[in-house]
Amino acid sequence: MKTAVIVFPGSNCDRDIAVALERVTGTAPAMVWHGESELPDGLGLIALPGGFSYGDYLRCGAISARSPIVRAVVEAAGRGVPVLGICNGFQILTETGLLPGALMRNRDLNFVCRDVPLRVENVRSIFTGRYEKDEEILIPVAHHDGNYFADAETLDRIEGEGRVAFRYAENVNGSAHDIAGLLNAQGNVLGMMPHPERRIEAAHGGDDGRRMFEGLMEAVAA
Amino acid sequence: MKLRIVVTLKNGVLDPQGKAIQHALGSLGFDGVSDVRAGKIFELTVADGTSDEAIDEMCHKLLANTVIENYRVERI
Repeated sequence: MKTAVIVFPGSNCDRDIAVALERVTGTAPAMVWHGESELPDGLGLIALPGGFSYGDYLRCGAISARSPIVRAVVEAAGRGVPVLGICNGFQILTETGLLPGALMRNRDLNFVCRDVPLRVENVRSIFTGRYEKDEEILIPVAHHDGNYFADAETLDRIEGEGRVAFRYAENVNGSAHDIAGLLNAQGNVLGMMPHPERRIEAAHGGDDGRRMFEGLMEAVAA
Repeated sequence: MKLRIVVTLKNGVLDPQGKAIQHALGSLGFDGVSDVRAGKIFELTVADGTSDEAIDEMCHKLLANTVIENYRVERI
């Protein structure tokens, strides 16, 4: 499966996701600079990495969301290309409007950096097919602005459409409805604050994250 | 022409920074501060005659996230 990782100035998890994708798919992803305006053809996944693009100036993800390549990402998402935004990538996805809501400063104002239990909510998406419904998995988080906010009407819509992919079994940041991972209406865009790419093999303490990439490969090949 | 754009969180959106500042004022002995909202200020120098629509567009497209924030434009 061909994949691409978008490289923004200031991001520090682009290499993590690149290593994870290469391990799982067997092929190194294309690393695409934020100033480019075109993506390679035939991608099975576009990844927006975690980190602090543009130093989180203005708002987390705000400046990246207006970069030339993200216009191409939004267009590809519209054509059904799978897009995964992790941490800062999730913030970028909400800033583009591909996902509703916004990520705010953590409720307790702390930077939270540890493994957190998540409950798998939606197992029908292309990202979550390898998980069991209500299964508890352990995925690391590392963020200061992961407190998911949306107005009541939006939350009702998201819940009604079954778009919550993962919930915090332990809500570490104050997110509305314990939302840790959110899908778009078409199901091809997933944003999540936890880092699945940091838990793909025994040396990481487990491989709960690996199954997301394996499930995606299966779904894309099908 | 100079503009000052004040961006604040919407009413009803929890402002943890504002709450922390409020708490700190309380512990300094300033009683009776019932609420604090933290925000951002941008000072822009723009071409004379820049239209209100263009200014609004700058706010909408970049300076404020209107999912959670309001903005107010002042001419200075």
